[in-house]
Amino acid sequence: MSQAVLEPDAAASRGMDLLRFATAGSVDDGKSTLIGRLLYDTKTIFEDQLEAVETASASRGDEYTNLALLTDGLRAEREQGITIDVAYRYFATPRRKFIIADTPGHIQYTRNMVTGASTADLALILVDARKGLVEQSRRHAFLTSLLRVPHLVLCVNKMDLVDWDQAVFERIADEFTSFAAKLDAPDLTIIPISALNGDNIASRSENTPWYEGPSLLHHLEHVHIASDRNLVDVRFPVQYVIRPQSTTVTDYRGYAGQVASGILKPGDDVMVLPSGMTSTIASIETADGPVDEAFPPMSVTVRLNDEIDISRGDLICRPNNAPAVAQDIEAMICWMDETAPLRVGGKYTIKHTTRTARTVVRGLQYKLDVNTLHRDEAAGELKLNEIGRVKLRTTVPLLADEYRRNRTTGGFILIDESTNRTVGAGMIIEAR
Amino acid sequence: MSQTKPYRVSHLDALEAESIFVMREVMAEFERPVLLFSGGKDSIVMLRLAEKAFAPARIPFPVMHVDTGHNFAEVLEYRDSRVATLGLNLVVASVQEAIDAGSVRELPDGTRNRIQTPVLLAAVEKYRFDALFGGARRDEEKARAKERMFSFRDEFGQWDPKNQRPELWSLYNGRHHPGESIRVFPLSNWTELDVWHYIAKENIPLPSIYYAHDREVVERNGMYYAVNEFIKLRDGETSEVRRVRYRTVGDASQTAAVLSEADTVDKVIDEVAATRITERGATRGDDRVSEAAMEDRKREGYF
Repeated sequence: MSQAVLEPDAAASRGMDLLRFATAGSVDDGKSTLIGRLLYDTKTIFEDQLEAVETASASRGDEYTNLALLTDGLRAEREQGITIDVAYRYFATPRRKFIIADTPGHIQYTRNMVTGASTADLALILVDARKGLVEQSRRHAFLTSLLRVPHLVLCVNKMDLVDWDQAVFERIADEFTSFAAKLDAPDLTIIPISALNGDNIASRSENTPWYEGPSLLHHLEHVHIASDRNLVDVRFPVQYVIRPQSTTVTDYRGYAGQVASGILKPGDDVMVLPSGMTSTIASIETADGPVDEAFPPMSVTVRLNDEIDISRGDLICRPNNAPAVAQDIEAMICWMDETAPLRVGGKYTIKHTTRTARTVVRGLQYKLDVNTLHRDEAAGELKLNEIGRVKLRTTVPLLADEYRRNRTTGGFILIDESTNRTVGAGMIIEAR
Repeated sequence: MSQTKPYRVSHLDALEAESIFVMREVMAEFERPVLLFSGGKDSIVMLRLAEKAFAPARIPFPVMHVDTGHNFAEVLEYRDSRVATLGLNLVVASVQEAIDAGSVRELPDGTRNRIQTPVLLAAVEKYRFDALFGGARRDEEKARAKERMFSFRDEFGQWDPKNQRPELWSLYNGRHHPGESIRVFPLSNWTELDVWHYIAKENIPLPSIYYAHDREVVERNGMYYAVNEFIKLRDGETSEVRRVRYRTVGDASQTAAVLSEADTVDKVIDEVAATRITERGATRGDDRVSEAAMEDRKREGYF
C-alpha cells in the first residue's frame, strides 16, 4: 500500500472533497490523543500550538507531550481534564478536507454524540484494548446507527499496552461485529492502533504484521462517500423567496434553497407542497449563472414557468415522488433538556427543514435503554439524554420522509416555547 | 462504478453552499440582521457570500464596522469603496466617539480591543439588531472550536459556553426574546487556507496590505509591528524597512505583520499552506495575554 502524502498541497486542494466525521469514546480511551495525533501527523498543528502544549504538559508533570491538551479548549476543561461540549476540528490531506465533530464520551453526554453524528458521514469509536467493549462503546454504536451515519470505524486503541496481541484485537473485533449486526449498522471497519505512538494512524505499523487493513488516515481518505447521498428523491425545501426591489430587475421571482436530495433539471415537471400545484422548472440559477442541474448539497435558486403562490417552508418535488404531507408523526426522540422532561401532552415548537410549526406529544410508546436496547413501555417521560419513540400531532402538515430514507426531510428539532432552548432531536419513523 | 456520473462537489463548493444556506436562514427568520465588516479578509469573503446568497437582489441588510480608531488607511479605503459599489448601508460604531462621550474609558496601555466590546453592544442596542453575522472561524482558536453556527447571546451580549444550544443537521434555532440576539458565523467550517482558496477562485480584491510590501517595522517579541501614528518606537528600539504582509487585519496598534515575499494570491496560498504558525499566534498581540484570553473576551460579548 502506498504511503499517504500528508502535506495539504496548495494547488491540489481546490479539488478536494469534504468528509465530516464524529469521534466518540470514553474519558480514558485516548480520543483527544488520537485527534491530536491526526492533526500532528497531517501537519495541522502549528508550532505555537505545539509550544503551548509542551509548556502546559511540562507544568502538569506529564512525561510526554500531552496531545490531548491541543483539543481541550475551555478553561474548565483544562482544569478538570474533561471535555464539555462538541468541538470542531479541521485538517486536510491532498485528497480530502476533514471536519471532526469531537464529542465527549461521558455518560451524560448522549446529547453531544447525537449532535455530532447528525451531520457525520462517518463515526469513529474508540475502545481501550485492555478493557474491551464497555457500555459506552455499545451506546455509541447504537447512536451511530440511530442517526444513520453511513460509515463506522472502530479503533482498538492502546494496542501497545497489550503487546500488540492479535488475539486481543480479534476478540474485541468479533464481539463488536456481532453487536453491530443487531443494529442495522453501517459499513464497518476495525483498526488496531496506538494513538500515543502513532501506529496505524498515518501509515501501516510494523507492530501489526497480522493486520491487513488500511491505516486510519488511509481509510478516511479513501472511504467512498459520494453515493451516500440520496440522488433519487427530489426534495427542495424553499428557504427564501428572492424578489428584487429594483428598477433594473423586474418581475423576478426565484425560490432559494439547498437541495436536500435528488437531481433537479430545467424542464422537469415539479409539484409544490403542501398545495399540490404543478409546474415545470424554468431555470436553476446561482450568482455565477444558470446551471444544468442541481444536486445535494448545492444552494441554488429555482424558477418555475407558472406563477404559483410559494413561500418559505414549502417544498418542491416531483409529481410521482413526493414526501408525506403529514400532521401525525411517529419518531424516535433524543431528549436534550436538563430542566424539564418530555411528557405526554407537552407542547413544543417543531422545526423541520425550513418549516416551523407547533406540536403536541400525543403518546410515548416506549423509552429505549441505549445500552441493552430494552424497551420500557411503562415509561411516563423522557429525561435528558433519554431516547424513546413518540407520537406527535402538528398544527400544520410537515412535508416529511422517513429518516432512514432521507436525513434532511426526516430529521427535526423541538424547541421549548418559553425558554427557546433546543430540547429534542427527532428522527421520523412514520408520517401520515 | 454503478454510477456513471459522480455529481461531485468540491470542498469549497460545499462550504460555500453551507454558508449561503446559513445566510438565507437568517434573512428568512430575523427582523434586523447586520453583517460585521472590518475590512479583513474573512469579512470580505462573508460579504461576497451575501452577494451570492441573494442575487440578483442586493444584499438585504446593512453592514457595521466597529471602528477602534486605529485603522490602516488602505483598509478604510477598501471598506468605503466596497460599500459604495454594492450600494450598502454602512453603520460605524466608533470607539473614539464613545471615549469622547465618556461612555467607555481608554485603557492605560492605549489598546482598544477590550473596549470595543461595549461599543459594539451599544450599537446593537441602538439599532435593535437581532442577528449579527461575524467572520469568525472555528480553526482560529481553541475557544472558537466550541462555538455554534448560531450563537445565542443574552441581553448583555454574553456567551455562555456551558449553556449552548445543540445544533443538529442544518436546523438552526434562532429563537430569542427581545433584547437577546444571535451571533451567526457562516464561515465556521472554513480554515485560513479555504478562505484564501476562495479568494483566488472568486478573484476577490483585498486591501493591499494583505500582500507583500516594504514597510517600516519594529520587532517586538518576534512580531513585526508597523511604525506609524499608533505604534511609536520605545527607548532602545530601532526600526527597519522589511518586506512584510498582514495575515490578519485588526486594530492597527495590536496587529503585527509577518515577513513575506508573497505578493500575489497564489503565492500567499503557498505560504499559508507551508506556514507552521497560526495566524492569530503570528499576528495578534491581543490573544497572547493568557491561554484563555479569547474565551474571556468572548464571554464579555466580543466575537
